[in-house]
Amino acid sequence: MHPAPSIIIFTTLSGLGYGLAVVLGLGLLDPATLATKIAHVLAIAMIGAGLMSSTLHLGNPQRAWRALSQWRSSWLSREGVMSIVTFVPLLWSAWVCVIESRYLALPGLAGSVLSLATVFCTAMIYTSLKSVQAWHTPLTPACYLLFAAAGGLVVASLFAFAGGGNASLLAVLAAVALMAAWIAKTAWRRNMLTLVPISTPETATGLGAIGKVRLFERPHVMENYLTHEMGFKIARKHAAKLWGIAVVLGGAVPVVALLVLAIVGQVSSAIAAMFACVALLSHIIGMLTERWLFFAEARHAVMNYYNG
Amino acid sequence: MTSLPALPTPKKLGLVIDLDVCVGCHACVVNCKEWNTGGYGAALSDQDPYGADVSGAWLNRIHTFEVVPQGGEIVGEAGEARIVHFPKSCLHCEDAPCVTVCPTGASYKRADDGIVLVDEDMCIGCGLCAWACPYGAREMDLAAGVMKKCTLCIDRIYNETIAEIDRQPACVRTCPANARHFGDLADPSSAVSIMVAERGGMDLMPEQGTRPVNKYLPPRARKPLASSTPLPKEDTTGATGFFAWLDDMLDRI
Amino acid sequence: MTPRERVALSRPVADEVRKTTCYMCACRCGINVHIKDGKIRYIEGNRDHPVNKGVLCAKGSAGIMQHYAPARLRAPLKRVGPRGSGKFQEISWDEALAIATGWLEEVRNTDPKKLAFFTGRDQSQSLTGFWAQQYGTPNYAAHGGFCSVNMAAAGIMTIGGAFWEFGAPDWDRTKLFVMFGVAEDHDSNPIKMGIAKLKKRGARFVSVNPVRTGYSAVADNWIGIRPGTDGLLILSVVHELLKARKIDVDYLVRYSNATWLVIDAPGTADHGLFARDGEGKALVHETVTERVVPFGSKGARAALSGRVQLDDGRFAVPSFQLLAEKYLDKQYAPENVAAETGVSADTIRGLASEIARVAFDEAISIDQPWPDTNGERHHAYTGRPVSFHAMRGLSAHSNGFQTTRALHMLQVLIGAIDCPGGFRFEPPYPKPVEAHPTPHGRAEHFGSNKPMSGPHLGFPRGPEDLLIDPDGNPTRIDKAFSWDAPLAVHGAMHMVIANAHAGDPYPVDVLFLYMANMAWNSSMNTAGVIRMLEDKDEKTGEYRIPKIIYSDAYASEMVAYADLVLPDTTYLERYDCISLLDRPISEPDAVQDAIRWPVLQPDRDVRPFQSVLIDLGARLKLPGFVDNRGKPIYADYPDYIVRHERRPGIGPLAGFRGSNGDRAGRGAVNRDQIKRYIENGSFFSAHIPMEAQFFKHANQAYQEFGVRMGFFDAPKPVIFQLYQETLQKFRLSAEGVREPHAPHTHRQRILEAFDPLPHWYRPLGEALLDRAEFPLHAITQRPAAMYHSWGSMNAWLRQIHTRNPLYVPGSLCDQLNLADGDWVWVISHHNRIKVEVARMEAVNSSTLWTWNAIGKREGAWGLGRDAPEARKGFLLNHLINELLPPREDGMRWSNSDPVTGQAAWYDLRVRIEKADPAERSEPHFPALAQPGPEPHPSELRYGQEWA
Repeated sequence: MHPAPSIIIFTTLSGLGYGLAVVLGLGLLDPATLATKIAHVLAIAMIGAGLMSSTLHLGNPQRAWRALSQWRSSWLSREGVMSIVTFVPLLWSAWVCVIESRYLALPGLAGSVLSLATVFCTAMIYTSLKSVQAWHTPLTPACYLLFAAAGGLVVASLFAFAGGGNASLLAVLAAVALMAAWIAKTAWRRNMLTLVPISTPETATGLGAIGKVRLFERPHVMENYLTHEMGFKIARKHAAKLWGIAVVLGGAVPVVALLVLAIVGQVSSAIAAMFACVALLSHIIGMLTERWLFFAEARHAVMNYYNG
Repeated sequence: MTSLPALPTPKKLGLVIDLDVCVGCHACVVNCKEWNTGGYGAALSDQDPYGADVSGAWLNRIHTFEVVPQGGEIVGEAGEARIVHFPKSCLHCEDAPCVTVCPTGASYKRADDGIVLVDEDMCIGCGLCAWACPYGAREMDLAAGVMKKCTLCIDRIYNETIAEIDRQPACVRTCPANARHFGDLADPSSAVSIMVAERGGMDLMPEQGTRPVNKYLPPRARKPLASSTPLPKEDTTGATGFFAWLDDMLDRI
Repeated sequence: MTPRERVALSRPVADEVRKTTCYMCACRCGINVHIKDGKIRYIEGNRDHPVNKGVLCAKGSAGIMQHYAPARLRAPLKRVGPRGSGKFQEISWDEALAIATGWLEEVRNTDPKKLAFFTGRDQSQSLTGFWAQQYGTPNYAAHGGFCSVNMAAAGIMTIGGAFWEFGAPDWDRTKLFVMFGVAEDHDSNPIKMGIAKLKKRGARFVSVNPVRTGYSAVADNWIGIRPGTDGLLILSVVHELLKARKIDVDYLVRYSNATWLVIDAPGTADHGLFARDGEGKALVHETVTERVVPFGSKGARAALSGRVQLDDGRFAVPSFQLLAEKYLDKQYAPENVAAETGVSADTIRGLASEIARVAFDEAISIDQPWPDTNGERHHAYTGRPVSFHAMRGLSAHSNGFQTTRALHMLQVLIGAIDCPGGFRFEPPYPKPVEAHPTPHGRAEHFGSNKPMSGPHLGFPRGPEDLLIDPDGNPTRIDKAFSWDAPLAVHGAMHMVIANAHAGDPYPVDVLFLYMANMAWNSSMNTAGVIRMLEDKDEKTGEYRIPKIIYSDAYASEMVAYADLVLPDTTYLERYDCISLLDRPISEPDAVQDAIRWPVLQPDRDVRPFQSVLIDLGARLKLPGFVDNRGKPIYADYPDYIVRHERRPGIGPLAGFRGSNGDRAGRGAVNRDQIKRYIENGSFFSAHIPMEAQFFKHANQAYQEFGVRMGFFDAPKPVIFQLYQETLQKFRLSAEGVREPHAPHTHRQRILEAFDPLPHWYRPLGEALLDRAEFPLHAITQRPAAMYHSWGSMNAWLRQIHTRNPLYVPGSLCDQLNLADGDWVWVISHHNRIKVEVARMEAVNSSTLWTWNAIGKREGAWGLGRDAPEARKGFLLNHLINELLPPREDGMRWSNSDPVTGQAAWYDLRVRIEKADPAERSEPHFPALAQPGPEPHPSELRYGQEWA
């Protein structure tokens, strides 16, 4: 699948944003501190920016409002509806934190639940596609949810350190969540690499009874919408290298940095600040890579018609 | 509403494509393009039409496959590879995943005849339906930003301003090899249903669970020339014997 | 929930439907052009049209993009830069026609042979030929010489008709259809429709072709033969049929020259010729009375074998005895040809046995009394339901003439010509060679300011009809009808530029070409031809070919080499006639012709070529184009179509003649004729009566029908010429025993190629070259969605074939470690090209191939500079020379069939070597400047205004 930057940025940013919102909604940061207030604003900003980014790939973004109508059948519509509904408790929580320096459990917990639900909807957009077998597994929503939680905790750790709360606790939680997320992701990827394709050129053409089927000529010589959108291919060697980068930057580096932070946080604020920033930046780069691979490595059934 | 019709549609209009006779001439491909570029919805645009990266929106494309026999039924002379031309357009699935993923309600399956359509005024061009379709039947028109797909020429098949005999999809009407047939696959007595029954019409990617309406007729089995009954053995008398036979024949005329 | 009806279901398609004839290839289907707001909304096949019955191919369906292509020329052009630069100045028609008239007038006054007028993709040869004849140059032909003249010459000289588009399998009745070397053909839609009929009836379809694409893909049996060996395969089938006595003796005796006596007098001028009586009638041996009597004598039982003494004391044998003795020889046994053809003996035997079984065990009969030309009445038509079709795969080899003759011989042996279920003639064919003219072009046939004394093209009856001077040198610029190519019945257009450049046999002053892309895909040795066009005489500084006039509708590569460009219209803006005098659209059951008319008006300063030619004819005051006061006879081409008469009552169109428009074939001029055609869907069809529909070659009812229609003025039955006497006359000349004697240089070649019985020899190029050094064949296939080079300017068609790979057999890929997208050098004796490869299994294991004419020169055809057609597309033409490699004696023969001069495109032998990856195929030529300022849209949304 084509790794469209708008979609990669959207899922990464909104994942971080919703993850942060979950942490804030659970009241793990002190609402009275400036850091927490900024965290609230940042969570909403990341979610908003992600959603804006997601509309960039639309052919007719001016009609985007129509996407709210089909929540009964479409996960994309559900995601849209959920994202808007989620804004209510998030804005409420942000308001009471920023203006009143308070934490309210009702909007907070509602925001956390709805944020996770929105991330789940996003994941289900991909999971529901039987045409992309790698995505069509319960591990996909598990990864999305765990990465959102982990990402939120990484960001929250930074804010906790900046005065918002118990940095060591959040850093440890973040490290645990990251490890859980990468364990899930590793399982996901193993599944992807080892799956037996349910659709093959033989089933796609119905010609398996005659023999081995190979594309001889494309219908039109040059690339087309389908090959652009669904025909992205990445060399195995290249993918393995990127996977390594994703695991190191998205998982290993942040975990180490967070653990250092948890230990030395109280000792040196300068070093701690550096580690917190390293953890976050490294995680973001790692996540962008992970998301890029999520698309780039997934093979669409239509490629059975294109030798892809 | 992007939920699929609750009950099976009373009609299942669709195409039956005969892989035994398609010569891959692209007539259906181009005729489809010219009919639909001025017809239903936005024009089927072409990008960089005279340049390096020419591409365009097409609702029907012909792939060409090479099939190398590997066990199973040998078609044709033993061991020989064969070329199969393979036209592909929307299969108007009964369980159309492209419909249910649509967030706006632009994609729908008609309850009367099962045709899957896109209401372009409602389409936001998110492309998710194209992702959902395992067959590659949907293509975004890059100029209009809306999703295009085969409409089974709905603006022909019900069009009262054209002659009744022409009320069939453009691809079917134009196919020189008679490889494309249009009809109601819900009606077991229709010509297309009978053809499917007789020729073992098949679904593409049945494992995707989409239950396509369109069916493909597989290439017929072939009888190798080498297995023909041999001609009578040579008469050992050679040319002399041949001329004696000729004389005999002349007497009989 | 029921979705609401969201679609306007009954929108009218267009404002108006205009019915005309397609010209996206030579198939000539009827089309309905739907016009909306003055633009084309939709083009579909015309259901009433006899050719396509409503269907339409990809090319026809892409007519919109052809009509509106940016590559269209916009106004007459005068060259201002050097040739090949593509730098032109737009000029007025007055100026253009004045220039052309000045050039042509001077040549006509001084030495009319210094005009070479050749037409390419042209369907108005009856006009262009007439014009050239009135002008008086001997140097005229259309493009058949590089197209498929072997088909036409061998067909007409053997059975009086040809495959091509002049006959068709009986699709409704045939039970076994064997196709040789056809990928896509002139009869593009009828063949597809026919194959569909076969499939529906369960008839067997066998395709013989090195490459399994297109039609071959759906064949029941594919025989992946080695190129150039089809003749050997056919003769092996003949061997098997003779051996098994599976021949139609009655048919042979009645309709062929099998019984004709061949004089056996070696070393004399008559050896191998037919014994004839005083009136020239061929003699046969009547076995009951044991007398020699003329063929066709009532009640005669003519012998098929046995040596007899003629009245003059010489001996003779029936030609069939020679035939049978030749093909019964073991050299034609399947196991003895298997290695050469690459076809297993079992498959050859199987093919022969299927042909025999279907022809004789599944014979069909139609109860319809019919009279034959011998006065005998038959109660039924007996059909041998085996039919054949062949085209360039046989034709474009240097043994193609003989191979095609072999195929026709096979058809005659099983009695399958023009019978139910067999190959059927389309009127006005069959016509015996005697009904065709002899060629004209010798010195006595032309002179300054006078018309030629007869038509340029025809069938020589022997060496005495060659167009040579007393020294034996060619009198035509293309050397057609010379000892080089004695039966070049369509001329040899592919030799014109090379010969004119060399001044051999003489230089020309004006080269006038119509729709022939000679600076690119229509020439062998493209780079060489480009140099010849650019080459200047060192002394005078003038171009070696001083003046080139070219007419085309599009900015093809050839445009860049013209000095004067006369821009043509598109096919939707013009009148045309698809005439019985030319290449008609008849079906076996009906006489048919058709027209085109301007369904749209040009929006540019262009004029239809035929009207321009008529205008030039009037300006030059050519007889036939001006009256005795020098006034133009015809206003334009449609006026000519209606009013021109070739013979009294016979004009370009056969339909709606007579003052009331109720006469067919012969009739007075009808001023409303074109209107009547338009009302009738732009075609005319007259059904042949059932009693005249089969055995046309010997059917008295058909012959009388033909006379009524004006095909000929008296019946012209055809006797199939299995043994070809004309060929033997050339051999006698080559032996030096018959006048005129062939030059010594040509004798061996003629003796080898002019066998009076169909014969197979290795293609000349292959025979000359080291087979180990060049072990592979390289050929092209014509794609179904592109017609020659006319398609790359079409935004829709070019998406289907944007560039072409070289297809390489899988075994060779494995051997050379080649994968799709790798690059190779393809090397011939002449040149090398660097191209991208793709793997294929369904191909003959020694054959490389690619799609025809996809490669384009940068800057041509209105395409962007980096178009894949120019960057990665390629032509095999660069590998093919118009001359063969030198022989030991230094002589270089032309790369053509020695009989007809047919360009031997498919004789090409090559080797390949893996090359470094690249972004560009080689050779690459400097970009041409685009003539005219048409901007290239970056996006097309055709029809958006109707959305």
